[in-house]
Formats: sequence, structure tokens, C-alpha cells
Amino acid sequence: MIIKQLSIFLENKTGRVCDIASILGDNNINIRALSLADTSDFGIMRLIVDKPDAALARLKERGFSVGITSVAAVEIPDVPGGLASVMKTIESGGFNIEYMYAFVEKSHDNAILIMRFENVENVVDKLYEKGVRVLKEKEVLSL
Amino acid sequence: MIWNKEMETMSQGELRCRQGENLVKLVNTLYGKVPFYRRKMEEKGISPSDVSSIDDISLLPFTTKDEMREVYPYGLLSVEKREIVEVHMSSGTTGKSVVDAYTKNDIDIWGEVMARTLSMGGTTSDDIVQNAFGYGLFTGGFGVHYGAGKIGATVLPISGGNTKRQIDVMLDFGSTVITCTPSYSLYLAEFGKEEGVDFSKLKLRAGFFGAEPWSESMREEIESKLHLKAFDIYGLTEIIGPGVAAECEFHNGLHIFEDHFYPEIISQETGEPVKEGEKGELVITTLTKTGTPILRYRTRDITYFINEKCPCGRTLRKMHRLLGRTDDMLIIRGVNIFPSQIEQVLFRIEGVEPHYQLIVERKGHLDTLEVQVEMNEAIFSDEIRRLESLERNMEKELHSNLGIHAKVKLVEPKSISRSEGKAKRIIDKRNLR
Repeated sequence: MIIKQLSIFLENKTGRVCDIASILGDNNINIRALSLADTSDFGIMRLIVDKPDAALARLKERGFSVGITSVAAVEIPDVPGGLASVMKTIESGGFNIEYMYAFVEKSHDNAILIMRFENVENVVDKLYEKGVRVLKEKEVLSL
Repeated sequence: MIWNKEMETMSQGELRCRQGENLVKLVNTLYGKVPFYRRKMEEKGISPSDVSSIDDISLLPFTTKDEMREVYPYGLLSVEKREIVEVHMSSGTTGKSVVDAYTKNDIDIWGEVMARTLSMGGTTSDDIVQNAFGYGLFTGGFGVHYGAGKIGATVLPISGGNTKRQIDVMLDFGSTVITCTPSYSLYLAEFGKEEGVDFSKLKLRAGFFGAEPWSESMREEIESKLHLKAFDIYGLTEIIGPGVAAECEFHNGLHIFEDHFYPEIISQETGEPVKEGEKGELVITTLTKTGTPILRYRTRDITYFINEKCPCGRTLRKMHRLLGRTDDMLIIRGVNIFPSQIEQVLFRIEGVEPHYQLIVERKGHLDTLEVQVEMNEAIFSDEIRRLESLERNMEKELHSNLGIHAKVKLVEPKSISRSEGKAKRIIDKRNLR
């Protein structure tokens, strides 16, 4: 239930996101989810892709600083209050979210939250016990 | 290993006598044969009879790089042109070239001092020297070539650049010694690693690096990546090329081959000698060269004498590895700093690699310094705050060690250009008139 997320260091220069997207596209790698965190100098692009290992290798070849980070994917109902209920569970467990981003599933009425915790393995187990639907890697990649 | 025991372990007293004799000879020659020096001596009211020992050297005029340029190409020749067997010169990127014209005698001296240099790292006739200093008008390639030749080592005169080939040759011929600029050695290491080369399995055991200032931390980096002992060597075209001074195996300063090149350290402002052990500008007089001998050349290199008895047995005086150049010196809001000092601070921080660049700008009336440091796997994090705290940490270290307020900026890997010769560390965007 741990998902591999690619994290890529980017300088704030024009064309860098385009470069990454092209490398992935040329290698037939599909992006499932994306988020970009930035400061005035640099940014970190976080990606969930269907072939993370291949993406890592291709991007490294091209000289990018890339890492694989373990994250959790949590499914919540795509209705008002859906996020709040999951957040309450997380909060009551005392888990600290480093960052998160969301996307909406195409074929279901659900949204997916990608969340990074400091100790993601433990957190995932606890969330699962509390009835939060944590997606398996296969499920995320086949979305 | 000491190449020339007699000269390299001579007592300072005996050495000073020889230096004095050679200086007297030199001054007579220059006065008689080189109008440029005759005029300079006359302007100072000095005649050759005023010089009788090495202590009198301070009476003599300095020579600057600009003056050497003005008399390009042959204005400093002290012999007939037919006695010149080889000419080298500086690149001339910042003006006219500085010319070094060698007689047969000078080439012999060059081979001798470079043989001493290479012997300091234990080079013998059993070694295979991969000479990646540029061959051509630049002095690096030929200097090493003549020294290695004198020792009887096998020379691979591969010259600079063509990094893929450097690696292939290193593997195929089992090079034991490499010579190049320190920044290029790291580029080689990086390139080799990407090609899957395991340097711990290679036969390389010593490297001689020079032509640009580098730091102790950079030495550690080079030694651990290339699996060799790294030696600092010093020289300059104006004097002879490489072979003016070199480090022995104790790596605590460079022995100056002062039987040939007499060193002084002066205050760059006043031109007076600094107090014993203080830092200042290195000045060199060539005592034995005959083609284009130079009086009191202002090297613009900053260093100081290390006065200690060296355990290697050599009695030749030592100078500290270069602290920088007077013209590389950055003055940021009144604080004098050299890139090598910044380098030293950065590399003490875990995981930071020696790829950096300094950008100086003037915003309003204030100078700003931006230090760009390349991202690498060891310092990469997925979390913005970790990266920001790394930047802040580097800024804090720079401030507490050097007293400067710099902005540190992480940049993408390989975004700072790798040079095959001297690394370009400073981009000065200030438009000062």
C-alpha cells in the first residue's frame, strides 16, 4: 500500500517542466498525478507515473536530480465533507502530513489524496485499521 | 623521494651564497643586455655594483605582467635569438601574451625542477604518466613532459580534453600518475563514474594538480574519488611554467625551488616585504634562466612562508598553498574574499560537491554575492524545507567563517559548466567604472 512517487529537483527556469513531460512521453510513461511545490529559487515536481522505475532511470540519464519517495494514496468520496472525515481520522491519530495533493478519479465518484507522512509505513497500517481506504500500488497505477 | 639531494637539502647559508652569486650575475646581464631592465634600474638609481648579495634584491625594481605585455614579443630577451630553442606564452585572453623564451639551459632547468616535482610524489622510471595538461604554447604539458622524461617515466602525452579517451587510455595503459588541473580531475572522476569505472581498481596512485588555486577539502574529494595521492604544484608562464614550487609527501606547503627561483612575499599595497610568516603577494626572481630572465616578478598570487623544518629532509623554503590571486579577490561590501575560501567552507558541509559558481552583482549601491551550488544525490531531498534549511545552513557557515552575507542557491546537477582547463568560478556582473 506504499506508492512510489518521483520527486524531481527543478530550478525555476523556463522549459524544465516541458523537458520532463517530453522525456516521459517519449518513453511511453503515463502521468497519473502531479504536483509542483516551489520557492522563489527552485521547485520540486512530484509525480505518480505508471512506470516509476523506468521514469527514474530515464530522468537520471538526462541529468535530473530525482528521488523516489514513499507516499500513501487514500481514496475518499468525492462529496462535500469527504476530505474532512478522512482528515479527522488522520488528525486523531496524531499523524503529521508533510505534504499532500489530490486528484479526481475519472470512472468513479471518488477522489484520491496523495499524502506524505514522515513514517509512511506505520501510518498506512493505522489508517487501514481505522477503515480509511488506502489504495494499493496496482490500483493507483491502473487508474 | 628526493631527486637532487645536493640542491634540495643544502643548508640555507650555503644556498644564500649561491643565490647571491647568481643574482649578481643576473643583474649584470640584465643591465648590459636588456634595455628594458637597464632603464628600470636607472630610474631607480641602481647600478649593478650596488648588488653584492641576495639581501640586496630589495633594491631592485619589480616587473609586472603589464610591462611584460608591453615588450611583447621579444623585449625581455637577454641572449641572441639564435640561442632560443623553444617559446611558450600565456593565452592572452586579457591582453597581449606574456612570452617565455627558453634557451637550451632553460629547458634543462625546467626538466630538472619538474623532475624534482614529480619525484615528490614518488614518480620513478617505473611509472606511466598520463599528462592531461595541455600541450602547445601553454606551459603545462611540456613542463610535465620534460620532467617525466628526465626521470625516465613513460609519458602518455594525451594533453587536455577528450575525456572519454582519457578514461580509455587510463584503463588500457594502466596509468599510475595523472597530471591536470584540479577541476578537470574531478570532471574526469565524475565522467569515469558515469561510464562505470571503479577507480579503486585502477593503478593510478599519484596526481599532480596545478594552474588554479584549490583547497584542502578539494584535495580530499579528489583523493577519495580517484583513489590517489594528490599533490599541489605551482608555476607560471612568466617564470618558467610548472616547476616553481611543489608539495612533498607531507602535504604541508609547497617547497620552492629557490636555487632557481628566489621568492619574496610583499605587501601588495606598499611593495615592502611583509613580516615573517604574514601573508602577501608572492614575488619571484629567476636566478639561473638565460633566455628571458625576470627580476622580481609580481605574481599576484597570495600566500605566506611556512617556516618549519620539513620532515621530508628538504631545506628549501615552503609556502602555503595559494590562498588566491590578487585579481581573483572579490571585495564584497568591503570584505576581501577568495573563491578558495568559499570553497573550503562549502565542502565542510556533508554531501556538498565542488561544483559551484559565484555571481556578484550590484543592486543599488550594494554588492550582492550569490553562491550557486549544484544539487546532487547526497543532498537531495523531496522536502522543500530540508532544501531550504540546507541553503540557510550554507549561508550561516559562510557568514560565521568569512563574515559575508551571501545568498546560496541550489541549482540543477551539471548546470554549472565543467571546464577542461581552469574552472571559471566568478561571474562578476558589476559594472564598475
